[in-house]
Amino acid sequence: MKNYWQDKDIEVTLGNLLRWGVMLSSIIVLIGGIIYLAHYGGTRPDYKTFHGLLEPYHSLATIFSGVKKLKGEAIIQLGVVILIATPVARIIFSIFGFIREKDILYIFIALIVLGIIVTSMSLGLKG
Amino acid sequence: MTILTFTLIIFLGSLLAGLLGSLTGLGGGIVIIPMLSLAFGIDIRYAIGTSIVAVIATSSGAAAAYVKEGITNIRLGMFLEIATTIGAIVGAFLAVYAPTHLIAIIFGVILIFSAILSFQKKNQQLKNEPAKGWVKKLKLNSTYPDINGNKISYSVHKIAGGFVMMWVAGILSGLLGIGSGALKVLAMDNIMRIPFKVSTTTSNFMIGVTAATSAVVYFQRGYIDPGLCLPVTLGVLAGALVGSQLLTKSQTKGLRIVFAVVITILAIEMIYNGATHRL
Repeated sequence: MKNYWQDKDIEVTLGNLLRWGVMLSSIIVLIGGIIYLAHYGGTRPDYKTFHGLLEPYHSLATIFSGVKKLKGEAIIQLGVVILIATPVARIIFSIFGFIREKDILYIFIALIVLGIIVTSMSLGLKG
Repeated sequence: MTILTFTLIIFLGSLLAGLLGSLTGLGGGIVIIPMLSLAFGIDIRYAIGTSIVAVIATSSGAAAAYVKEGITNIRLGMFLEIATTIGAIVGAFLAVYAPTHLIAIIFGVILIFSAILSFQKKNQQLKNEPAKGWVKKLKLNSTYPDINGNKISYSVHKIAGGFVMMWVAGILSGLLGIGSGALKVLAMDNIMRIPFKVSTTTSNFMIGVTAATSAVVYFQRGYIDPGLCLPVTLGVLAGALVGSQLLTKSQTKGLRIVFAVVITILAIEMIYNGATHRL
């Protein structure tokens, strides 16, 4: 029990889980990329000026509606969102580990970290 | 240049960056920003957003490989993530409001700093102390298995200093879109005196979480562009994968010197372009 985190198998499982997340996200990015290049491959790139919030896919709602219409850029962004979620998933799994160890202090610490990430989600939306 | 050729060239560049980054242990993200902004004239904000996604990809992708090399001190990582994630939010917001030429200059300085740090001797002198104070309360002292499977115990020192250093690493990660791996290992090796086997993997664990925190802010601010993420994440990942199969890190001293020289040149160019307001 006490040695839960010392157990290398759990680390390996977690590491593999992260790798699966990365692979899933890469496949989605690749699929979206093929559609994107098929549509826009012949046009010219424009990244010299920053468009910021004029970019179409910077919220989950617009990404999902874009994915439904099979927009390549929206599918790529979905893959990126999954990628960003993989380390967050690792935090959540750690919380389960600490619950199994009945380590109240670290359940609390892990929840603080998760809370900070959630805060950054809500802060990013404003202003 | 059409988007197709543009994507292919950036893919090849990112592949090389990922390869060199994994062979030298410096991480692939560190050359992505100068590559995109200096060579392709891409706005540095897009470069930062793309880089942070590449950092998450390499960190999560390497997690499984790192397990073989050492063992994460999950408690220490979790505790220090309070510092790095708060820093990451502060940094990401500074990035939104700071002028881009200033970001370019800070980036250049940190780049040179990282190149120098990569040559530092690994600190292995450890003396075990009985846990007391916060180290005891937080249960930070731990053990790791050596090659024969024997448990080697180690103690964590100066957690306040390490915590502050991690906060700074988080700010820089959020501000510049990098993993700040060099600073994180510095805090754990030099200040907290943790064995190298543990600090590398624990740092990798924290890099992903820290980068995800700032990525969330960047994402909602439109810094993360699909057309750039496509070649960069796939390229860096493929490069890192090839790199991890090729060589062990001990055989790459010459390559590290080359990479450090390249990084220093890029850093000077970033500082010059920032100072002359071209970035």
